[in-house]
Amino acid sequence: MYQYTEEQLISMKKVEETRASRFGAAIPRMSADQKEEVLASFHPDYISTAYEELKVGKNKGGKVLHELAALLQGRSRVLDLSIDLSSPDYDVDVLVIGGGGAGAAAAIEADNSGANVMIVTKLRLGDANTAMAEGGIQAADKPNDSPAIHYLDALGGGHFKNKPELLYKLVNEAPEAILWLNNLGVMFDKEADGTMVTTHGGGTSRKRMHACRDYSGSEIMRTLRDEVLNRGITVVDFTSAIELIKDTDGKIAGAVLMNMETKEILVARAKTVVIATGGAGRLHYQGFPTSNHYGATADGLVLGYRAGAKLLYPETLQYHPTGAAAPTQIYGALVTEKVRSLGAQLVNKDGIAFVNPLETRDVTASSIIRECKQNGGGITTTDGEGVWLDTPLIEMVNGEGTIEKRIPAMLRMFGKYGIDIRKEPILVYPTLHYQNGGLDISANGMTCVENLYVAGEAVGGIHGTNRLMGNSLLDIIVFGRNAGKEAGEKSKSVQLKALTLQHVEDFEQELKTAGAASGEASPKLLPDYKRKAN
Amino acid sequence: MEKTVNIYLFGKKYAVPESLTIMKAMEYAGYELVRGCGCRNGFCGACATIYRIHGQQELKTCLACQQQVEEGMYVATLPFFPLVKKVYDIETIKPTQQIMMQLYPEIYACIGCNACTKSCTQGLNVMQYIAYAQRGEYEKCAEESFDCVMCGVCSARCPAGISHPQVAELARRLTGKYLAPKSEHLINRVAEIDSGDCKAALEAIMNTPLEEQKNLYNHREIEK
Repeated sequence: MYQYTEEQLISMKKVEETRASRFGAAIPRMSADQKEEVLASFHPDYISTAYEELKVGKNKGGKVLHELAALLQGRSRVLDLSIDLSSPDYDVDVLVIGGGGAGAAAAIEADNSGANVMIVTKLRLGDANTAMAEGGIQAADKPNDSPAIHYLDALGGGHFKNKPELLYKLVNEAPEAILWLNNLGVMFDKEADGTMVTTHGGGTSRKRMHACRDYSGSEIMRTLRDEVLNRGITVVDFTSAIELIKDTDGKIAGAVLMNMETKEILVARAKTVVIATGGAGRLHYQGFPTSNHYGATADGLVLGYRAGAKLLYPETLQYHPTGAAAPTQIYGALVTEKVRSLGAQLVNKDGIAFVNPLETRDVTASSIIRECKQNGGGITTTDGEGVWLDTPLIEMVNGEGTIEKRIPAMLRMFGKYGIDIRKEPILVYPTLHYQNGGLDISANGMTCVENLYVAGEAVGGIHGTNRLMGNSLLDIIVFGRNAGKEAGEKSKSVQLKALTLQHVEDFEQELKTAGAASGEASPKLLPDYKRKAN
Repeated sequence: MEKTVNIYLFGKKYAVPESLTIMKAMEYAGYELVRGCGCRNGFCGACATIYRIHGQQELKTCLACQQQVEEGMYVATLPFFPLVKKVYDIETIKPTQQIMMQLYPEIYACIGCNACTKSCTQGLNVMQYIAYAQRGEYEKCAEESFDCVMCGVCSARCPAGISHPQVAELARRLTGKYLAPKSEHLINRVAEIDSGDCKAALEAIMNTPLEEQKNLYNHREIEK
């Protein structure tokens, strides 16, 4: 059971005292200038010492965080192996790397196109950030909403940096994505007449957040997984892709795989490859805790980069405003934005609401950091500090029983430590949540490397430099399906030449010439938590 | 240095800080997890675990990422359990009572011991949702099982060999696809997009100069 400190108890009392006066009170939104100011001063993306310049590859001269640079300029795991590429262990049309929502959606659509598909995933099918997405999925399907309004929300939220053709696809195909999921059996929250229950998310101008309670991603992932298995799609689990293979024409032609348990090396030949490896939270950029799953180590970015693909906005990360700050056992775990959608306010140690809870994620996270680092409004915790997220307001706004009905996972997560979020506020602090950037693709899902497709969090550009809540579950479905269809169709016309790993040798040579080799084994595959207390 | 407790990982004793979860304690002890570790936040069900506290009879179950260590805790992880997953075509099956009889007939062999419910790491009423499935009440089964993370502990404890999480998955998909009411507004919007009705407005926004886009964004109407 969680033991509050004396300081926390005194502060919690103040939060209770001000609750009635904050109930229903309008908390002002920031002007464009105010947002700029808090971002520039407090957002982790603006800390220049955390970054370094890449010396080789398509993004040479561009800046990325040190942790990513070490991997992009790291040492390929195939260099010390002798691999026979002439008799592949697997020979398929479409190879999907990654078993999360994007990978599963891609595999289903590639299967629909008639292609022979294989999924390779380093953990289990479904072990992915998808399963952890709590809040919901956006789609403009209500009468007062439209894809154009959705476009403007996501464009402004992304600081007008979104790649237009990708954003167009995202919002235009969103309703169809929801219908597709619903027809696969995903149980969305609905009214008795079938109307979708939709709420706001940070930065939305219409209530278009669809949800499956606060197990939205989990419900989507388990349905997609079930469908992949029903179709008999080959799933090779506990096996990572450690390098992409090309053919002698320089087109993508498969991947070198490694069994995570036995370390056996296997070769998969494929006419097209879809990278759906997800994000990078487990690299713990700038020492932040993360809400990501165990395997989120940017593997796909590394594989794609070495094969000649370009990265777009790799320097921008999303720090979710509300990671759990206490108790220490769940430090960094996601407290869904839906908690704020439902009316919980962010409150400092004196019981004052210091930011509108529905500003975009980057602005909200920066405001929390400012409140703690500059204004002295933070509350000390075991792992650092945090501010209050006043959850009891939810039931004052929406009625008793709302928390159990709409955010049961949150009730359970804190309940395990004796904290009843219906009665007590919780302590939160930003947590590393999402990789806004990633591999650059065209609207057909392909990178500049022929036959290499990307889907999901490994893609850059859809969300500009800041993603809105609910647009990630959306993008894994829209762009996962898109990549699967395109890769499946393309595979029908591909004639593979002899396989080669020459591009890996060449990249290594470039690293040496530039004096940029970090020596770190890459891709990382899993974080190293051995013999550490956190 | 934080206070430590003694735990037994597969019978071997380790002293670990008392604030850790079982998962972090295993890593603290030096394990490099490949199996039995997924989301680390209680959503994926990869880290099903059985434990017993020294001196107590009861076998307890949990997710290793969610359970704090205790003095005298004997831990055995259950990173895989051979659940039975039946294959079906969601487009052609119907939400009738027969489908459960065809695919998962063993649910009718339930002896009512309630071991599944007692072992559920999510605190769900597992035996009740199986009862709903037996009766073809799929919406109730779906509702009761909604928070399931499919860790498989219930099935490991079941004397009748039932694969509860898979039964519930089928019930949820039948509910989501066939039993829940259709969303007319969604179907209408998809039709509008397909017929090209939304294209002009979308292209207009796309082709608006940046400064004007910013202006539109900063002054857009926000639904209350």
